[in-house]
Amino acid sequence: MSSLLLEVGTEEIPARMIGRARRDLERLFVQEIRALDIHDGVTVRVEATPRRLTLFAESLPARQADRVQTLTGPPRRIAFEADGSPTRAALGFARKAGVPVDELEMGADGKLSVRRLIKGRQAGELLAERLPKLVLGLRFPRAMYWADKGSPRFIRPIRWLVALLDGEVVPFEIAGVSSGRETFGHRRLGLGPHRVGGPDDYLRILQENAVILSSDARSQKIVSEAEAVLPAGCRLRRNERLLKTLVYETECPAALLGGFDSSYLSLPDEVLETVMLVHQKYFAVEDESGALTSRFVAVANSGGDESGVIRAGHERVLRARFNDARFFWNFDQRSSLSDRVEDLKDVTFQASLGSYWDKTQANLAAAARIVESLNLDAGAAAQAMRAVKLAKCDLTTEMVGEFPELQGQVGGLYASAQGEPDAVAEAIYDHYLPLGAAGRIPRSTAGRVVSLADKLATLGGMFELGLMPTGSKDPLALRRAALSVVRIVMEGEMPLALDRLVEVSGAGGHDSDLRKFLLERLRHWLRDAGGFAADVVQAVLAASDEVPVDVLARAQALAEVRAAPEFGSLAVSFKRIRNILDRAGEPVASGGVDESLLAPGAELDLHRALGQVAERVGGRRASRDYAASLREIAVLRPALDRYFDDVLVMAEDIAVRRNRLAFLAGMLEALSTVADFAAIAPDAAPGRTR
Amino acid sequence: MLTFQDIVMRLKAYWARQGCIIQEPFDCEVGAGTMCPETFLRVLGTDPYKVAYVQPSRRPADGRYGENPNRLYKHLQLQVILKPAPDDVVELYLRSLEEIGIDLSAHDCKLEEDNWESPTLGAWGVGWQVMLDGLEITQFTYFQQCGGLDLEVVPAELTYGLERLTAFIQDVESVYDIRWNDRWTYGHVRLADEEQYSTYNFEEADVDFVWKEFRLHESECQRLLDGYRDPGGPLERRRYPLLAAFDQTLKCSHLFNTLQARGAISVTERAQVIQRVRNLAVGVAAAWVDQQRAAAEAS
Repeated sequence: MSSLLLEVGTEEIPARMIGRARRDLERLFVQEIRALDIHDGVTVRVEATPRRLTLFAESLPARQADRVQTLTGPPRRIAFEADGSPTRAALGFARKAGVPVDELEMGADGKLSVRRLIKGRQAGELLAERLPKLVLGLRFPRAMYWADKGSPRFIRPIRWLVALLDGEVVPFEIAGVSSGRETFGHRRLGLGPHRVGGPDDYLRILQENAVILSSDARSQKIVSEAEAVLPAGCRLRRNERLLKTLVYETECPAALLGGFDSSYLSLPDEVLETVMLVHQKYFAVEDESGALTSRFVAVANSGGDESGVIRAGHERVLRARFNDARFFWNFDQRSSLSDRVEDLKDVTFQASLGSYWDKTQANLAAAARIVESLNLDAGAAAQAMRAVKLAKCDLTTEMVGEFPELQGQVGGLYASAQGEPDAVAEAIYDHYLPLGAAGRIPRSTAGRVVSLADKLATLGGMFELGLMPTGSKDPLALRRAALSVVRIVMEGEMPLALDRLVEVSGAGGHDSDLRKFLLERLRHWLRDAGGFAADVVQAVLAASDEVPVDVLARAQALAEVRAAPEFGSLAVSFKRIRNILDRAGEPVASGGVDESLLAPGAELDLHRALGQVAERVGGRRASRDYAASLREIAVLRPALDRYFDDVLVMAEDIAVRRNRLAFLAGMLEALSTVADFAAIAPDAAPGRTR
Repeated sequence: MLTFQDIVMRLKAYWARQGCIIQEPFDCEVGAGTMCPETFLRVLGTDPYKVAYVQPSRRPADGRYGENPNRLYKHLQLQVILKPAPDDVVELYLRSLEEIGIDLSAHDCKLEEDNWESPTLGAWGVGWQVMLDGLEITQFTYFQQCGGLDLEVVPAELTYGLERLTAFIQDVESVYDIRWNDRWTYGHVRLADEEQYSTYNFEEADVDFVWKEFRLHESECQRLLDGYRDPGGPLERRRYPLLAAFDQTLKCSHLFNTLQARGAISVTERAQVIQRVRNLAVGVAAAWVDQQRAAAEAS
């Protein structure tokens, strides 16, 4: 059994890509040793820092197993002449197989065959061949070349390679770098090159040269040191994403406490946190009530900070950033949001859709229609429209110029500071929400109207130009915008029809495309967020896809009642009806049933029962009591079962047959207004998948 | 205490020892040292080159009338081009910091992902911003494309922000308090520029005049590029003034920035004007590569 150490030494890899690179390297390596058949019992571990991707493989077989290969040649009658001497075909086969003709055997299938022993190759030899391709097979966004044009690409230049199999170098080359046994420590706290004997030796060398190879160990060091430096009564505002970034930006992390003048706490929390977290990569520190304090924790890629120079440096940078922010805040107050509407003409929204002033006009038109559909009272409507008008104005402020990630929030804060009503300020603040599939939607109706108008107008504008997303290309994130529309409507319980949403958007000639696009998102939402089974979603959408919140109510009702046993057989019966109608081979007109043609007994009974049930179903449906409406249908089950036992739908008599088909079509139509029963899987699986 | 000019001189001396030509600033207005022919044209083709120079970089929209302690209409960059990028280029760079008195083992130095792209030059590269105790002091870029052409040989570009670096070393809060030498401050030397050019760029620049100038330089550049289609014999080809055409491109780029700062470019115009400047830059780059190749073949 052998052990392999592979270290790809690089210049600093972007932190955001390292986690993925680790997983990919492990996956590709495992794939490779499987393909080479040297994988049995092997354990693989990959670690990474900004400057190295390191793979350890233990219990590698020293070589591939030998194997026997059987080649099959021509059949006897072609292989031999009448006198038993080999033909040209047999000679050719022997030559190809590399054996004398008298070593050929006659297989049980009557064909010539030859068995050859394939000697397994040494693992070292195989790895030397495969490792360069494997390393270069790692995929990164924006890879680079660093030598001549056409040379290999990687995320950053590869500067050294350690490849040792049981302490022996596995020889190969990547972009002019030869593999060997020399590694390097931390850029300044370590030295190098160091000669590596094997995996244990390697770990010891790294440790002595200020490199903590394990990302878990770096993470723990950051967290425990951060907690240790905090004064009593303070705690770290934890942020897993920031922690991960710092883990992959350092080889030897050291947490240190810094502070700033408490007068900066008068800046909005949003600004303070963005500067610290996003721009400076510091952890914010809060007090026991959760309020921000005038402290922060920075993580240096160093051995510590005994002299305090690193802390002083970070404090100085933060002070300058906060000063800038304060300057921007004061400077921006020189003109109010409403004074900035005209300035939006100078800010590009999208090349073909014009400026943000144009965008605001489109948003206003969309919002006016939404407000009308929702029947908002005059006051609420006026506030929503005011918010739409001012929503984009913060794009002209210095603050958003500096902190683009705070767009919307800055507008909301400024609106509030400039005396706009709270409802207007809050709607502006929230109008980019929801941010992800899980982020919250705007808090108020006004905020939801602004967000909906913004997204629908973008969708409409782009669809009208025929710029709908294709494949993986979706530069304006239209899929996300459409999902946000669906989420706001569903989670905000807004009774807006799909057609109305499309109309609001102004998609022009492409409105049916946009309708399909939104419907697709609605379907996803029902499955993913709603947790409804595929057949439930299918059944309620088949009945009607017109009003999304109504679709949801019907899906809930269907999921609730379908678990009852009678619905399983009901679904079977409805599926049978649909099949009969589909296979009838003649056009079927629903309704217009001639009672005189119905046979007494099961058929007439069902007809009468249906009359009563349909009326009750319709009544329940009208009052939106969908579960009750569905339960009414279940009453029909015995009559339906009897009908199929006694009645032959496809009767000889054309008039009788047509009448029966019309009756069934009418029944299906009358009872499928909540959900299309024929679309339900009859095995009565639970209505919700989770 | 190292003064501003001490730092500049030490860095130049260091890069001179690494074999760089020490150039003087280019004499057209540019937004960054990258735009100078010593970078933009020298990175094209296969010839090795090493050069370092301080380049005053003018960004009209960044002016703040001298009121903001960290933002400047014109700042000074030390630009270093190493073509091809040596294997130990990062180490060479770090040693340059030690040359100006920064003991890196006592500081927090990180190389954070920062890619660079210039739409007007048809150029992009990948690299880092070098962060020293949380302060960005240098932009480090491996060029990949320039003038719309994939580069034959990848150069490393190091761009030091000299004001930031000096403010850090001298531990001052405002660039205007930087000691330029033992007697005078940065503010003494530069404040008037900041005040007056902010006024010019934001308030006074005559929009019609600047537009007219833009169009004149653009058509002059285009005329020269058109002429290169048939440059004549080897001597005429070698003497063909593509460098003068590139000056015209740089003029257009700066005038475009001035118009932007002045708020004189509408949304619909902006993308088109960038494209117009880019067309000139790409045209010059292609012609330059051809001219150099022809010259190499002739000799």
